[in-house]
Amino acid sequence: MSRLLEVNQLRVQIETQHGTVQAVRGISFHLDEQETLAIVGESGSGKSISVKSIMGLLPKNGKIVEGSILLEGKDLAKYSERQMQSVRGSDISMIFQDPMTSLNPTMIIGKQIVEVLKEHRRDMTKAQMKERALELISLVGISNPEARFDQYPHQLSGGMRQRVVIAVALACDPRILIADEPTTALDVTIQAQILDLMRDLQKKIKTSIIIITHNLGVVANIADRVAVMYGGQLVETADVRDLFYETAHPYTKGLLASIPKASDKGSDLTAIPGTPPDLMEPPKGCPFAARCTKTMEVCRQYPPKDMLCRGTHRARCWLLDERAKALRE
Amino acid sequence: MIKYICKRLIYLVLTLWVIVTATFFLMKKLPGSPFDAERFNMMSAQQQHVILEQYGLNESLPRQYVKYMGNILHGDFGTSFTYTGQKVSTVIGGRIGPSALIGLQAVLIGLAFGLILGIIAAWKHNSGIDYFTMIVAVLGVSVPNFVAAALLQYYVALKWGILPVGFWTDWRCSVLPSVALSFSATAMVARFIRTEMLEVLEQDYIITAKAKGLSPMKVLMRHAVRNSIIPVVTILGPIVVNLLTGSLAVENIYTIPGIGSLFVDSIKANDYSTIMGITIFYSAFYIFVVLIVDIAYSLIDPRIRLAAGREA
Amino acid sequence: MDELFVRVHVDESEKEHIAHPNLTAFQEGWLRLKKNKAAVASLFTLIAIGLLALLAPVFSAYSYKETNYDIIYQVPSITHLFGTDQFGRDLWVRTWMGTRISLLIAFVAAFLDLTVGVVYGAVSALIGGKVDAVMQRFIEILVGIPHLIIVILLMMIMPAGIWTIVVALSITGWVNMARLVRAEILKLKNQEFVLAARVLGTSTSMIIWKHLIPNTVGVIVINAMFTIPSAIFTEAFLSFIGIGMQEPKASLGVLINNGYQVLRNFPHVLIFPAIVIVLIMVCFSILGDGLRDALDPRMRK
Repeated sequence: MSRLLEVNQLRVQIETQHGTVQAVRGISFHLDEQETLAIVGESGSGKSISVKSIMGLLPKNGKIVEGSILLEGKDLAKYSERQMQSVRGSDISMIFQDPMTSLNPTMIIGKQIVEVLKEHRRDMTKAQMKERALELISLVGISNPEARFDQYPHQLSGGMRQRVVIAVALACDPRILIADEPTTALDVTIQAQILDLMRDLQKKIKTSIIIITHNLGVVANIADRVAVMYGGQLVETADVRDLFYETAHPYTKGLLASIPKASDKGSDLTAIPGTPPDLMEPPKGCPFAARCTKTMEVCRQYPPKDMLCRGTHRARCWLLDERAKALRE
Repeated sequence: MIKYICKRLIYLVLTLWVIVTATFFLMKKLPGSPFDAERFNMMSAQQQHVILEQYGLNESLPRQYVKYMGNILHGDFGTSFTYTGQKVSTVIGGRIGPSALIGLQAVLIGLAFGLILGIIAAWKHNSGIDYFTMIVAVLGVSVPNFVAAALLQYYVALKWGILPVGFWTDWRCSVLPSVALSFSATAMVARFIRTEMLEVLEQDYIITAKAKGLSPMKVLMRHAVRNSIIPVVTILGPIVVNLLTGSLAVENIYTIPGIGSLFVDSIKANDYSTIMGITIFYSAFYIFVVLIVDIAYSLIDPRIRLAAGREA
Repeated sequence: MDELFVRVHVDESEKEHIAHPNLTAFQEGWLRLKKNKAAVASLFTLIAIGLLALLAPVFSAYSYKETNYDIIYQVPSITHLFGTDQFGRDLWVRTWMGTRISLLIAFVAAFLDLTVGVVYGAVSALIGGKVDAVMQRFIEILVGIPHLIIVILLMMIMPAGIWTIVVALSITGWVNMARLVRAEILKLKNQEFVLAARVLGTSTSMIIWKHLIPNTVGVIVINAMFTIPSAIFTEAFLSFIGIGMQEPKASLGVLINNGYQVLRNFPHVLIFPAIVIVLIMVCFSILGDGLRDALDPRMRK
């Protein structure tokens, strides 16, 4: 398998009124063909900013200050806005969290799908585009595509709208589909349907998926590999099995422990005490040191290195250091 | 939708009734008489009686009220006191043309400049043109229209002699008053569309549009502008009110034979049948505009169109 | 290096440390307002204008109604900073006297608007039900009436003077405030924190005082910032078309009207009061915008 996407040492800063936020602090990961990578983390961990920088859709005050984003060897970080336009929607497309707001309320659904085709499939005729749009609408599991084509977004339910958003994203058979919390705003029952749909479609159109979520249930359901993000850094990257059964980083352990289980009935919910670090002034040591149950002196002083646990399983934690062996339990 | 319009029409009638009644009784309280006091007192009782009879003033107040209401329903606003023998409706009718021309031109100027300024300002947020637009917006609502009109008249017409000072002779006479009136409309539209569009540009569907690979220009024209222009319809009501009040001063300054100057003249002459007529005319016009605007808005914006449809 | 690999104790309270100081909405709003340079400049300009209006007539050698036919229509000079008018009256004093009257009218009218509007809106929203329905129908009728027309009619039947204008402005002006306050309270009433307070058994009067009023103040203040300039405008407008204040009393509108009559030959008579009124309007407008950005939680990002 070849590397489809490779992100190396990516650093992103956001200028705000109060100072510079180190939103992403040197993250590296890759994505293979037809693979699903989940990026997990709490709000403010930098996961959304990371994928937006892949799309070149950082807010105006955000900037990639270091690192490369290689799509099949070509560095997107160096692309001009015009070059990025031909990538967006065609090679990489993205769907957003809230289907209620991510469709233009005053434009019929069909037009919003056709719009992508117009942009990237110049050789198609109008009739072909409409046909393709109808095909996409039924592909994402919406019945009666002809009638839906002429409807406005508010005439559809949330789940339906997210299906339309997916149809828009898949219109040009993208190599990579980035989904930023695609199910968070939906009902639980609808969430499962959308995840199933994404899995089916991935097989059908052979795309790779990066899915951002804070829901480990979603991860277990859909992902091949998982990257856990905390304080602007990737703290653990592993195959989904390893992450759940061979958890290395205390933060990941904390996340897993906080999932309520049926057997816990009656007991208190487990939470990770504390709040994430202020990325305006990131701590000089491990970002999780202040909340970790196993903090050592070294954690406060030096940032942990990226360490290999087994196979492709990597984590950034001083506990994995030889010298901390005695303290691991 | 039909139910909604019916409800609105009932309110329209109620509001008009309140206005007519209020105006009628306020006018009856008016100190002084529309007739020249000296000449009226010199008349014999017989003559006074004839005059009062002629204007329907010798009956009891409730009777006058009922009669007036009845006449209004037939489009009869009584007889003007200043323009002897002329019906108020005729006097007003003869004055609509100039006022309508100036008002219409002012709205068009205001919309054109306001839209252009507002859109560019939001698109180039925090740039020079954005600050310029903000200044225009603040000045446009802050400089009283009569001051603007007076200054325009002084510089453009008197000092530089580019356009006529006043008097209603040809189309060129309507330019300055229209421009003077349009300032507040320009400001209101520019400000409104700027705010609206800044908000729209923050919406998720704008990011979606960018994520589709559309160029910034296409994102702007297809998604941002359309969604921000629709709500501009809603401020047409306040704009019309501004124009109405503005026209009172501006028409006077430029000596335009419109309804605004007629109104001011009638106030000065205590010609209360005309005052009542114009009050009712203005109110009806305003209420009507607001109603049309609301209906138009619900027709243009698909979100509201359906919400209203479902409600009905 | 090995000594670094020892477990350290992390203080629980440190974990819950919150980086930002806890500010009330108003402290935060004030901080925001201070950052808005234009708004601060406007605030100071308004204070300066207010002080001039109060003090300039007091410390001047001339009175606003003192006529002197030897010095009519003088252009601005050291003795008469803004020049003189058709009766040789000092325009510096008359302008600030006019400003004083215009500001007085505006503040009183805004205050009355505010009181009537807030009470009406609050009563309507808090009682709700049929009372609210009736009160709202009434408002819906009033909203349809162009205010200025009613003001003009009222001006005609009442004797000319400051209080007539104040009354005429207040009778028509409160409707907007009432609507805003009602909408705000209705919105707040259904918000989680108020529902939570209710669930916790907080008394109704406590909810009104501790939750509803503090959260409505922003809307009221902002609206007042827009009511004041509109009252100043209306007063000037009425005087300009000749049904407002009467001579020798000077309001800004009267002065502008006088100036307009002789604009062709003596533009200075119009210019100074016009500049003052524009300054007042501009500053209130900028300050109002600044306050809205600073206080309105919906605008907060």
